[in-house]
Amino acid sequence: MAFNLLVLACLAYVIFLFLVAFWVEDRAATGRTGWLRSPLVYTLSLSVYCTAWTFYGAVGYAARSGLEFLTIYLGPTLVFVGWWWILRKLVRIGRKHRITSIADLISSRYGKSNLLGVIVTLICVVAATPYIALQLQSVTLSFGAFVATGPADGPLPDSQATGVWVAGGLALFTILFGTRNLDANEQHPGVVTAIAVEAVVKLVALLAVGIFVVWGLAGGPLDVIERVNSSTIADWDLMPSRWAGLMFLSAAAVICLPRMFQVLVVENSDERHLATASWAFPLYLFAMSLFVVPIAVIGLERLPAGANPDLFVLTLPLSEGREGLAMLAFLGGFSSATSMVIVAAIALATMVSNHIVMPIVLAVLPKKAVAGDLRRIVLLARRVSIGAVLGMGYAYYALSGGSAALAAIGLISFVGAAQMLPALLGGIFWRGATRSGAALGLSVGFAVWAYTLFLPSFGEGAVIPVHVFTEGPFGLDWMRPRALFGVEGMDPLIHSAFWSLILNAGAFFLVSVLSFPGPVERVQGAAFVNIFDAEGAGPTGWSRGQAEPEALLIMAQRILGDDEALRFFSKSAEKQGKAGFLPDPTPDFIADLERRLSGSVGAATAHAMISQLAGRAAVSVEDLMAVASESAQIMEYSARLEAQQEELSRTARQLREANEKLTQLSVQKDAFLSQISHELRTPMTSIRAFSEIMMEGDMPPEMIARQARIINEEAIRLTRLLDDLLDLSVLENGTVQLNLELANLQGIIDRSLASSSHTRPERIFTIHRDLPSEGLYIRTDPDRLAQVFINLISNSRKYCDSANPELKIVVRHKGGRVTVDFIDNGSGIPKDKQALIFEKFARLTDQTRAGGAGLGLAICREIMANLGGTITYLPGQGGAAFRVTLPLRLEKPALA
Amino acid sequence: MSRHVLLIEDEQHIAEAISFILGRDGWQVTHLSDGMTAEAAMKTGRPDLVILDLMLPGRSGFEILAAIRADAELSPMPVLMLTAKGQGRERDEAERAGVDRFMAKPFSNAEMLAAVRDLAGGA
Repeated sequence: MAFNLLVLACLAYVIFLFLVAFWVEDRAATGRTGWLRSPLVYTLSLSVYCTAWTFYGAVGYAARSGLEFLTIYLGPTLVFVGWWWILRKLVRIGRKHRITSIADLISSRYGKSNLLGVIVTLICVVAATPYIALQLQSVTLSFGAFVATGPADGPLPDSQATGVWVAGGLALFTILFGTRNLDANEQHPGVVTAIAVEAVVKLVALLAVGIFVVWGLAGGPLDVIERVNSSTIADWDLMPSRWAGLMFLSAAAVICLPRMFQVLVVENSDERHLATASWAFPLYLFAMSLFVVPIAVIGLERLPAGANPDLFVLTLPLSEGREGLAMLAFLGGFSSATSMVIVAAIALATMVSNHIVMPIVLAVLPKKAVAGDLRRIVLLARRVSIGAVLGMGYAYYALSGGSAALAAIGLISFVGAAQMLPALLGGIFWRGATRSGAALGLSVGFAVWAYTLFLPSFGEGAVIPVHVFTEGPFGLDWMRPRALFGVEGMDPLIHSAFWSLILNAGAFFLVSVLSFPGPVERVQGAAFVNIFDAEGAGPTGWSRGQAEPEALLIMAQRILGDDEALRFFSKSAEKQGKAGFLPDPTPDFIADLERRLSGSVGAATAHAMISQLAGRAAVSVEDLMAVASESAQIMEYSARLEAQQEELSRTARQLREANEKLTQLSVQKDAFLSQISHELRTPMTSIRAFSEIMMEGDMPPEMIARQARIINEEAIRLTRLLDDLLDLSVLENGTVQLNLELANLQGIIDRSLASSSHTRPERIFTIHRDLPSEGLYIRTDPDRLAQVFINLISNSRKYCDSANPELKIVVRHKGGRVTVDFIDNGSGIPKDKQALIFEKFARLTDQTRAGGAGLGLAICREIMANLGGTITYLPGQGGAAFRVTLPLRLEKPALA
Repeated sequence: MSRHVLLIEDEQHIAEAISFILGRDGWQVTHLSDGMTAEAAMKTGRPDLVILDLMLPGRSGFEILAAIRADAELSPMPVLMLTAKGQGRERDEAERAGVDRFMAKPFSNAEMLAAVRDLAGGA
């Protein structure tokens, strides 16, 4: 048959499976599962037990070892018929605790220990990888068988390339239907139904070939029995130890193999289905085994010597030219292989992502994981894990070269999977089993298995050097891989199974007895062992309901998705009789939620996540995030405090400065009052003294006239003082009324000179002016400006000590500002007094002569400030020199 | 022999008033407008009393008083201090500096005369 036609048939079949899976997923999404969740489908899905190894390999097995192949069917049959209560307990635990895989169950049972999850995952991956390789090998072998017998008109298939295509296609299918969403229960109805369809196909195919062989090739059942008796198969020796061992192994495998656990426990939708499966599955196995011996016998008879008995199912119809039947057989084998690979990949990927990838992601990428949608990361981890599992399977296939017989690889896997049995059964039946015991038992069993069976399977000298097989490592005779402790002559498989399981169970039991379970472990142990007694007992026993429902909801939304989480919360709230969607975080609810979450991310991870929110000891990502954001807030807060502190200290400094200023002002005010008192009392003294003298009478008239004039002068002095004080007060308060108008500067200077001429009129004063420069029109208060000029000119007249006093008035105009300098030719003001002259009462010399109260320059300064200008002393001009600066145009009072 | 008063006062009108009051009572008044030459005037004039203004140009009344009290020859000299400030602080300071009488301006003529008679002693 053309290779292309074969590929086409495979593609068509796969597309058909796709459609089935799609249709079922679609129905499941809308809740119309109906018969899809029937006991029949459940039972058929259990047929993933029958892989290509069973489909093709059983015939080969029979051809080589007679009826021994039956042990592979007898083990599961015994379990389903006799030990169904173990299965029921597993299913009950699995459903109640939302177990996602066998690794999850063991980790969950032993205190949600992720270490155990990792160990079990590793064992499963290592044990299942050859098994997956086996399926790839069977598919490529069957391809080869087809092409070899057909006309050589097509391209010869490259078995490696075929392997790649098969692995890739299976990965695609598995990713599509195995990771469509993160269902709370890790259930995949589409995949399960497709598996069930494949189960039917493989059964029908095998039966059809069997019927063809018995009735078509041989002369009916009686003829076949005769042929069997005369064939070599009848000569086989029954080895009781091997039979017992193989039956035990297959019984263990049907419970412990990851894919079996997946369909048996995880995909179980109703515990009652188990009742049907307990008789229907053995029946299926019986049907599958019915024609194995006839096919083997007829194949050995009819096919040329050297033909691979593992392919008799395919090559017998081909050799008889029955291509249609052969195609059916091929599809049966294809179904066996693909169903195993798909389910195994889903189961392993769940374990790898939940127990290895997610804990690492949560630990390594905390911010990213918490900030985004965790579901996406979980799904991605799941998909990558599927790819990795299939990739490993392919790599094993490519490296091992597909040399070993199919059955041998399968049995190696069985022994590996059986290592889980002590921890699993101990966990659900013995409360005393501890995590340490389980961890040690698993590790020891795994190590012994690897050393005595798995690694030697690569061939002597491939991984373990040849001399180790003959002499033991380091010359330790009792450590020989095939003769541990000197037990020789045992079948290698049974030898390995015996020692690995004995040592495994022994370590598990001893360490469990010697160690003490932790609190969570104790609670979980009780919950698992007494799963049928305590309906209400949660898996965790959350005694402290410290978690905030909102926080739990947010976390649940990240894992389950918004809608799903909200629905779950609403339902729980309703159950508690609460309105709204936030239930009280009661221990029951939290335990419920944890179960629900563990359906998506595994028990250990779910526990770790709940722990952080429910106030358990474990500190986790979100705690750290919260801590981080809290500390950011604190830092911000402290920065604010610091700023406030700074502002406070600034305010305090300002207050201190203001206080100092006030104190200074108070001192100044005292000094000022004291000065005023002095200025008032001085003229009063004269007035009082002379008025008293005059009141006594008896005075010559010229005396009276003189004294009256003194009184009058002092009164005028008093008045002037009061005027100055009032003026200063008005100027200082900024309440002065300015009369701004355009005025000629020259006019103002003329007026000022005229007004000050009566100060010491006896002195001849020479005035130097430059009239053209004074011809400026300025906008200011001319009276106030004149007051300043008069003061300056009068001072000059009073204090200029030159014999020929001169006063120079210089006007300059630059850039909108006008300066007027008054410079006399006296001795000027001593340097140390220059800073004081504008202060109030800063009289420098004998005030009597000056006649002022020492307020003049202080008033000038205030006037100039009001006019938007300044008055300063110009040192180094030869005499007293004052500079008045003012704006050319003052539009509004400078001090409003 | 008429009694002798040294008046150190920068306000001309006040000095004229005091001189008039004391002169009419038979006192010989020597007037100084500042205290620059106070000690010399005291040593040569040998007054019975010094009337000292506090606020003086160049040299304050306190400085002159301190000089008088520091001088062994002049220290027994009675001093009447006048001030226009008249605050308690100045009074305290003046009394600590060893002034014999402190009088605030303005004063009544009778008060002034009584103080001078009192301080210059019953001679």
